[in-house]
Amino acid sequence: MADHHRRHSLMQGSEACAEGAILAGCRYFAGYPITPATEIAEALAMKMPEVGGIFIQMEDEIASITSVIGASWAGAKAMTATSGPGFSLMQEGIGLAVMTETPCVIVDVQRLGPCQGFATVPMQGDVMQARWGSHGDSRSTICLAPASPQEMFDLTVEAFNLSEHFRTPAIVLSDEIVAHMRERVIIPPAEELAIENRKRPPPSAEGFNMHRLTPGVVTPMPALGMGYKMNIMGHLRTDEGRVNIPPQEVPQLAFRLLSHLSKKVSPSGWKTQRVKTLFTEDSEILFVSYGSPSRTVESAVKQARKAGIKVGCVRLVTLWPFPEDELKKTLEDVENVIVVEMNLGQIVEKVKELVRDRVKVTHVPKVGDLHTTEELLDYVKGTTR
Amino acid sequence: MKHPLMKYLREDWFPTVLCAGCGDGTVLQCMLRAIDEKNLDISQVVFVAGIGCHARLGTGYIAADSMWTLHGRAMPIATGIKLVNSNLHVVVLTGDGDCGAIGLSHFVHAARRNIGIVTVCFNNGIYGMTGGQVAPTTPKGTYTKATPYGNLEPTLDLCSLAQTAGATYVARWTTAHPRQLTKSIKRAFEKKGFSFVEAVTQCPTYYGRYALGTTSPSEMLRWFLRNSVTVERAKNLGQDDLIGKITIGEFVDVEKPELANEYRLQTAAKTQPHKDVNETIRQSPNDATTPR
Repeated sequence: MADHHRRHSLMQGSEACAEGAILAGCRYFAGYPITPATEIAEALAMKMPEVGGIFIQMEDEIASITSVIGASWAGAKAMTATSGPGFSLMQEGIGLAVMTETPCVIVDVQRLGPCQGFATVPMQGDVMQARWGSHGDSRSTICLAPASPQEMFDLTVEAFNLSEHFRTPAIVLSDEIVAHMRERVIIPPAEELAIENRKRPPPSAEGFNMHRLTPGVVTPMPALGMGYKMNIMGHLRTDEGRVNIPPQEVPQLAFRLLSHLSKKVSPSGWKTQRVKTLFTEDSEILFVSYGSPSRTVESAVKQARKAGIKVGCVRLVTLWPFPEDELKKTLEDVENVIVVEMNLGQIVEKVKELVRDRVKVTHVPKVGDLHTTEELLDYVKGTTR
Repeated sequence: MKHPLMKYLREDWFPTVLCAGCGDGTVLQCMLRAIDEKNLDISQVVFVAGIGCHARLGTGYIAADSMWTLHGRAMPIATGIKLVNSNLHVVVLTGDGDCGAIGLSHFVHAARRNIGIVTVCFNNGIYGMTGGQVAPTTPKGTYTKATPYGNLEPTLDLCSLAQTAGATYVARWTTAHPRQLTKSIKRAFEKKGFSFVEAVTQCPTYYGRYALGTTSPSEMLRWFLRNSVTVERAKNLGQDDLIGKITIGEFVDVEKPELANEYRLQTAAKTQPHKDVNETIRQSPNDATTPR
């Protein structure tokens, strides 16, 4: 496609995220001010009225996520953006979105924590929260980790697509660096973007059952006011949508529903688990990272290669569901795996679990700033010694 | 012969899970009667509820679009729905705990925003679903499972809070005033903005037993009648005279700009395609927000 169709701009990650949301079809944003995610809200406050959408600042993050859920059921693609403390407040609502199979997008611009931590300083502390933060084993959330302003655009669009496709919350797990960084962002014209919309049931309400579970099938989603007389609920229900379930039938019914919710986005049924690799063919040492630290990892790998060290790197683009199959392929012939993340060690446990004792897995913990190239080079040299 | 309001209900769901003598059914009936008498298209009515006895009754049993959601969060969910599709009649069903405790800030802000939501609050003065714990509406001194030595806290007046926050319609009745309650809910559906109708309802299982020393619903209804004071009469009474009384009637009935409509006007001004840029420059600021 001719390049002159595309818009090239020097753009902040947050602005790129807002651009992506609008082009993905998002027409409802509800949020609450929090550093370092505020720029996303500010950008959408400007844009939403121009496209006939709604921007609203709610009284807190609980209200933000729940109003997003209401907006989604009313028929809009909807999103919110926040940082760690707000993300914690949203976990209750995320449970509701999982249980009611509500498509919605949550952008978490991670900052140093816990608590206030340091609002303008980066960290990747919410990786496990994105997967396990909500109550009751609600593991069907999808999580993507952008590493550049360009990916803030691309993965926001992708998050909407996945969320609409699987009818589940999708999280863009960004961080302060990626959200505030300015780089060239290429915005393709709308007609070049692949956009997914939730499946609607047939126009007649007759014969449509919103609660019937079909293995491997995402049930079509009507909107409120279309005449389906939906009883949307966060409660366990039978296939007929009834809740007065005899106690002896609860365990089986609950297992079936929870398995259905989790399996619809599990790796085996998952065609888009994404990783990006560099020099993985002949590597003895392999870095595993995601988000902004991958940038330093890449430059460390390139420098180490010049020094003759057989090192490569894998960047996880999909964080949850964990891209097991793709990652496993790259880890087959390596001796050492070094996990680089801006926390005290979260994804490293997942990597260890994947390779068991076959490969030596270590990690370089750091919080509050990126690792420097020198730190990583020193670590690699220490590993080869 | 079938009950004339049965057409609005999922008949196969009955009997309900609620206790014998519960007043919530009366409130439900008043609400459905209001919808029936107003001739509303039920497919365009959405019921949103949080958690509590009222939520069990008010969502699944009604054959209409409904959302049975999180404790206290019905208000923001309804806000999202109304802003996206303002043609819908959005009804929030809430309880005194759902609205006055866990969902208090959402309730206050929905009233402040004056978003077009009809709120029906089932106030039974206690947490019934969890087995009889003290609520922000439980009178001082009452013994409940969470106040075994007597409640030390004063109560919260939800209607005066709604009024202070900016609701355009506020009324309170009890289940001993079903006709007045129905009339107020009808009026609430006529309002463009946020309306709040509080229905004081009997919970013989817990509130009656703990606070009034009776498990008889009819005795509770008589107690409601004896202790209700109309808003007109209450004006002439001192604060001390009103302790333990239920003030009934319409507190507010005014018109103010409704939020979803305000959004429509602002968006219409923003998305209006202008062929001549000068035209936009010439417009006065007031014209810019007028829909064309």
